[in-house]
Amino acid sequence: MKVSELAKLIEAENLTPGLTDRDVACGYSCDLLSWVMAHGEENMAWVTVQTNMNVIAVALLSEMACVILPENVKMESESLIRANTEDMTVLASPLSSYEICGRMHAAGIPDRA
Amino acid sequence: MIIHREYPVQAGDYITAGEASADIKRNLKQLGVSGKVLKCVSVASYEVELNLVIHSLGGVLMLDVDSDRVVLESKDIGPGIPDIDLAMREGYSTANEEARNQGFGAGMGLPNMKRNADTFSIASSPAGTCITMGFNLKEQ
Repeated sequence: MKVSELAKLIEAENLTPGLTDRDVACGYSCDLLSWVMAHGEENMAWVTVQTNMNVIAVALLSEMACVILPENVKMESESLIRANTEDMTVLASPLSSYEICGRMHAAGIPDRA
Repeated sequence: MIIHREYPVQAGDYITAGEASADIKRNLKQLGVSGKVLKCVSVASYEVELNLVIHSLGGVLMLDVDSDRVVLESKDIGPGIPDIDLAMREGYSTANEEARNQGFGAGMGLPNMKRNADTFSIASSPAGTCITMGFNLKEQ
């Protein structure tokens, strides 16, 4: 599944339109950045309520597919600028983390690639 | 020695945190380092850089690359780690509220570094902490 298809699945708005439409290999939900550093994988779709610049840094270091903000959480403009500059797509969904993960799992996205 | 880089890291500077790690990753990519080694160095450098920001009074992160090895070294000016065995335990953290609000303080930093590096050493006193991590390039 592409990030653009995932966005439709979880009713998300793409906050960084025009970036690379990567393949999503797996999904994850966690708000502790160091924990995500230990478990992040390439092409992962990561759900988090954290919005600071380090979210983008962690997503980039693990070469993830996208960052997903649940429940219409707003991301700082500095973080979105960095995401745009570094080609990391950020999606904002009105759904809860639980519902987002449920839909991703039902659509066949595993928790590990 | 192929390259040597030094990155000063300021205590409490969450805005630029991660820039040294991003530059280290860029340098390694330019040298043709890729795959598992690149990811391991990237994770370890980010963790050690964030440790300098969160826990130290300031310090420097150094990168050395030669033909078969990448070495990351972190040196700070204190305050030191009173109990290294405790600090090495997953889930143990002394991060303050500001760091926790940013999503840090899971107590995974030092264990993550050790897990990702081929060699890991740490020495600490109130005058400062020195962490040295080695990564083998030949296994690529």
